[in-house]
Amino acid sequence: MPKDQGIGASTKRREDVRFLTGAGNYTDDINVHGQAYVHFLRSDVAHGTINGINTSAAEGMPGVVRIFTGADFEGVGGLPCGWQVTDKNGEPMQEPAHPVLAQGKVRHVGDPIAAVVADSLEEARNAAEAIELDITELDPVVDMKAAVAGGAKVHDDLSSNLCYDWQFGSETEAVEKAFAEAAHVTTLELVNQRMVANPMEPRVAVGDYSRANDESTLYTTSQNPHVIRLLMGAFVLGIPEHKLRVVAPDVGGGFGTKIFHYAEEAFCTFAAKACNRAVKWTASRSEAFMSDAHGRDHVTTIKLALDKDNNFTAVHTDTYANMGAYLSTFAPSVPTWLHGTLMAGNYKTPNVQVNVKAVFTTTVPVDAYRGAGRPEATFQLERVIDKAARELGLDPIALRRQNFVTQFPYATPVAVEYDTGDYHATMDKMEELIDVKGFAARRAESEKRGKLRGLGINCFIEACGIAPSNLVGQLGARAGLYDAATVRVNATGSISVMVGAHSHGQGHETAFPQVVAEMLGIDENMIDIVHGDSSKIPFGMGTYGSRSIAVCGSAMVRATEKIINKAKKIASHLLEASEADIELKDGQFSVAGTDKSVAWGDVTLAAYVPHNYPLEDIEPGLEETAFYDPANFTYPAGAYACEVEVDPDTGAVDLVAFVSADDFGNVINPMIVEGQVHGGIAQGIGQALLENCAYDENGQLLSASYMDYAMPRADDLPNMANYRVDHSCQTPCTHNPLGVKGCGEAGAIGSPPTVINAIVDALQSGGHKVDHIDMPATPQRVWEAMNG
Amino acid sequence: MYSFDMESPSTVADAAKALGQDEAQALGGGQTLIPTLKQRLASPSVLVSLAGIAEMKGVCTADDGSLAIGGGTTHATVAAEAGAYAALAALAGNIGDPAVRNRGTIGGSLANNDPSACYPSAALGSGATIVTNKREIAADDYFQGMFATALDEGEIITEVRFPVPEKASYMKFEQPASRFALVGVFVAKYADGVRVAVTGASEEGVYRWSEAEAALSANFSADAVPAAPSGDGMISDLHASGDYRAHLVGVMTKRAVAAAS
Repeated sequence: MPKDQGIGASTKRREDVRFLTGAGNYTDDINVHGQAYVHFLRSDVAHGTINGINTSAAEGMPGVVRIFTGADFEGVGGLPCGWQVTDKNGEPMQEPAHPVLAQGKVRHVGDPIAAVVADSLEEARNAAEAIELDITELDPVVDMKAAVAGGAKVHDDLSSNLCYDWQFGSETEAVEKAFAEAAHVTTLELVNQRMVANPMEPRVAVGDYSRANDESTLYTTSQNPHVIRLLMGAFVLGIPEHKLRVVAPDVGGGFGTKIFHYAEEAFCTFAAKACNRAVKWTASRSEAFMSDAHGRDHVTTIKLALDKDNNFTAVHTDTYANMGAYLSTFAPSVPTWLHGTLMAGNYKTPNVQVNVKAVFTTTVPVDAYRGAGRPEATFQLERVIDKAARELGLDPIALRRQNFVTQFPYATPVAVEYDTGDYHATMDKMEELIDVKGFAARRAESEKRGKLRGLGINCFIEACGIAPSNLVGQLGARAGLYDAATVRVNATGSISVMVGAHSHGQGHETAFPQVVAEMLGIDENMIDIVHGDSSKIPFGMGTYGSRSIAVCGSAMVRATEKIINKAKKIASHLLEASEADIELKDGQFSVAGTDKSVAWGDVTLAAYVPHNYPLEDIEPGLEETAFYDPANFTYPAGAYACEVEVDPDTGAVDLVAFVSADDFGNVINPMIVEGQVHGGIAQGIGQALLENCAYDENGQLLSASYMDYAMPRADDLPNMANYRVDHSCQTPCTHNPLGVKGCGEAGAIGSPPTVINAIVDALQSGGHKVDHIDMPATPQRVWEAMNG
Repeated sequence: MYSFDMESPSTVADAAKALGQDEAQALGGGQTLIPTLKQRLASPSVLVSLAGIAEMKGVCTADDGSLAIGGGTTHATVAAEAGAYAALAALAGNIGDPAVRNRGTIGGSLANNDPSACYPSAALGSGATIVTNKREIAADDYFQGMFATALDEGEIITEVRFPVPEKASYMKFEQPASRFALVGVFVAKYADGVRVAVTGASEEGVYRWSEAEAALSANFSADAVPAAPSGDGMISDLHASGDYRAHLVGVMTKRAVAAAS
């Protein structure tokens, strides 16, 4: 019998009532009295020297408040990078300046050159058209390998276009020895294409300034308001924390791209003070394509060594990772610490070495996108394993099973220690869900209809619950990655929980109260969370890396434990019993072994009306804060499978079934978890089959709108009967109090290689000797693969 | 968008008069024009909406048996009411999405003549007659290359007349992002021969595939469709090469013939 409340209950998402009835309060819904509007004049060339910007005609146009250029930001800080990677020679990465508005050069299509603040958006746009630009075009830098080979430099003050050359994992000598002694080596070259995150809500920023108290407020579409306050206040604009408030209200999806601190946020905050007037910016979808940080964009060669018994003995990778024109906030960490550390996958491979060259190009900056480094690691590893199985004539499931890690904790050769897992269990579940045994019959049926059917399987592991601060500090993070929660119990027993995590679609407003309700034994509707406003919540690091419930939820548990401890003291006073004998169950404090009890509400009232209260021992009130810094990452893992039918006449791929068997540890709200996995898989299918952020050789963005950038739609997915997500395999995390691992990214990590493995399997069944198809596997690519 | 004046005439005569003004632009369903205006890629001084002209709307069977569709008729209406020409109704019912079909019009689509639009293939493939406020134009004379037509400045498509074939079908291979036709083939079999019109593929816009027409006129079966045409002159872009489009012309033609009813 499923519970209807608390941990494990599929409580319907309370926030959906406002989202689905048009009552949400998104940043663009926020209007400040007297606000002006900003339009950014952006570069339409990939690379150029700014010789001059003449704004004199534009300044005289109707409604113009003020026009800003890079010159207005001289002496103001640039956008900071939050992670410093050290290269294989022990040198820090090359770190270019990232001005709010371009200074001296433009470095990608969309780079902001000038900003027009006007009474209306149309007037700002009109004036922007009257700005005269004198720009000398320079050679674009698009191809990563060419960029490091020489030619034009993106940043003239750096020695080259190479940000860093990073090496990680097993010693070279050991790896070379393993390959030399291998019975079989499989090599695969592949591309993990550039993606645009495309949250439904484009980015918005509203800067406000109060002369009365010298306070700045930024309303912004962010996943982490405190991170923005820290970065923008301390590094860009020099505003102390107590004079800067950052509010991220309802946010319509983030997928990573709303983690980062953007120029438009700093600009609106800066301009509001400079103009003494609120300044609002709402990205058009076109602007989103050319200014939101992109994702992925890796070019990789991976090699897998196997011994004569088909045990994996070594993995070696060589990756070029595109950084784009500037270092976005966490960009350097994605191809390194979020990617290299996962390259062991689910396997006990003794030697794993990862090499990454991060490269500057004249393209939009690239940073974390749902999964961030882990999808790239999984894709290459699972593709090369599939290829090895085919080359050796082995069952791809059996080859994986043979090499699974089975003993936990397990220390990988790439610096992380998996605390718990059961990869055979998720594989068993996946085989059951997809009905592996029945595949041959289904393939035969497809062939009768002239279609090639393929079965793709895939395993993955990810590192979530980001992250232990002391560890990431050693790895170059310039921030801690704990989180915080304040549990404020009100006099009548209702509760507000102020959390550092930020919900932009994840359902925190429903799931977090379920935890507190479970601990206290009270109705979850007595509990609300407060999030997204730096003036209301404790200093927390926001939401990304599937960290919210694992890290912030753990802080909330710790704070609630403090509440329980104090409430028991109060109850023991009211019940005239020893504190050690007080038990809390179903919202009642009782004295063990007696029928004496006092209700939750009586205790909370006593805390705020302390007439009969042990004031000599404890303070009145009932409010506690806890910060929680995780001891380790969490390691969700799973096994996925899908079946495709390929139309041999056109190369079109029909995804007919997709199943996932995930291990997320304990689960707070199964319905929300399943929704997260459904969405993640859809996003991964989008990468596998449809989405492609393409530049031409001139650095022009070809896929700059939905006319050319294909997002997955409902009819691209299998029907619900054949789209099954399961999380019944649960090995709880051993080091956080809830035993949770996080589920936000799994679907996007696990699904792309599953789909490609299936397509290759389908083509092989038709006699086509196809080893690999790069994503997206468009009909043309599949057809060309079939036709040589 | 830039500022403009707006007029909403209720007769074709008033619309024609309004379109005589400097930099006037007709507005049908606005499915191409409105996004263009929003991107500031067009700056008409006057927009003349054709949406309020009752005489330009509706579907009926003409005295000669052809299907007559008012130039201001939406795709959704054609999908619902053009049952007398099932292949045409099916084509209309698969243009864009419901919002597009409830706004976009046949006259607007034909006047724009997007090289990847569906309707031009139906008009050309059916040998339709494009009726304007000034004259009647045979489809074979009407389409003159990408976004180019025989229409004069300010000329309004008031009606399109489709001879109803014995059999017809439209097969669209969708561009995955826009879901316009990457390649679309309209095949119609008439008593005096077969017409095959191809959209989405050629750099010259919609065209008749004459080799296929000849072969299918002699033998209307999928097996009779000739080898795919050359990729020369086919559109090559992010989504498909000219060669792949040419291949799809062959595949979609076969499928259209097989499905024709």
